[in-house]
Amino acid sequence: MTKTIILNLTSDPPLLSVMRAAVSKVCEIAGFDQMDTSKIILAIDEACSNIIRHAYKGKGGQSIKITCKIKPTKLEFILEDEGEPADLKKIKSRPLDEIRPGGLGVYIITSVMDKVKFADGMEAGNRLIMQKSIPKDKK
Amino acid sequence: MSLKITNSVEDKVAVLKIAGEVDMFSSPQARNAIMELVKQRVPRVVVELSGVSYMDSSGVATLIEGLQLCQKYNGTLVVAGLRDNVREVFELTRLDKIFQIYKDVDTAKVNE
Repeated sequence: MTKTIILNLTSDPPLLSVMRAAVSKVCEIAGFDQMDTSKIILAIDEACSNIIRHAYKGKGGQSIKITCKIKPTKLEFILEDEGEPADLKKIKSRPLDEIRPGGLGVYIITSVMDKVKFADGMEAGNRLIMQKSIPKDKK
Repeated sequence: MSLKITNSVEDKVAVLKIAGEVDMFSSPQARNAIMELVKQRVPRVVVELSGVSYMDSSGVATLIEGLQLCQKYNGTLVVAGLRDNVREVFELTRLDKIFQIYKDVDTAKVNE
């Protein structure tokens, strides 16, 4: 059976700490250990930061919806915004041997999560789907 | 949540203590504190992070920028006291190979 939690927040950076606390609990319920939980929180935080920074260009008060689905074998997060659609061709992580500030968010998200996919064909906004398998001994 | 930041400079070593959650909201505060030390061209900046319970890529980017600016005047920026989850961010982004990481401030001060 799938357990679902929906978090609605506005695109205001001070709210990210609230989101992280909620995602931490979701991970705990799904059965992840502390280290995996920390990494998942980081990935979701990076994705939300990207929405604020890129989709909404830093504008506060805009909608971010996070649907968390705890499934028997995986934890799934669906992030939806109503901002500027991302140019999927431009989304890539930078090489790590390039030492410079910035550009690490996408690398972190794709490193931590098992599956990361932007929904195609959105008329407006973005939908990002991320999945992480639940460790077998926790199922 | 804003950060708690204190700094002290003694014998050409600055110790910048940061406490709280470093994310896109609070990292500009950390950046300002580092830039202040960079402006003074402090030879060695030790960023003490034992009070940091969370750090995202904007926090890491702030530290990279600080390190690079210090290196421009032949100074350096090192980090100390990382909690496991913060160290994990450094390892994930392979920045543990770039930064000198010390277990605490005393060790960071000694290993000049």
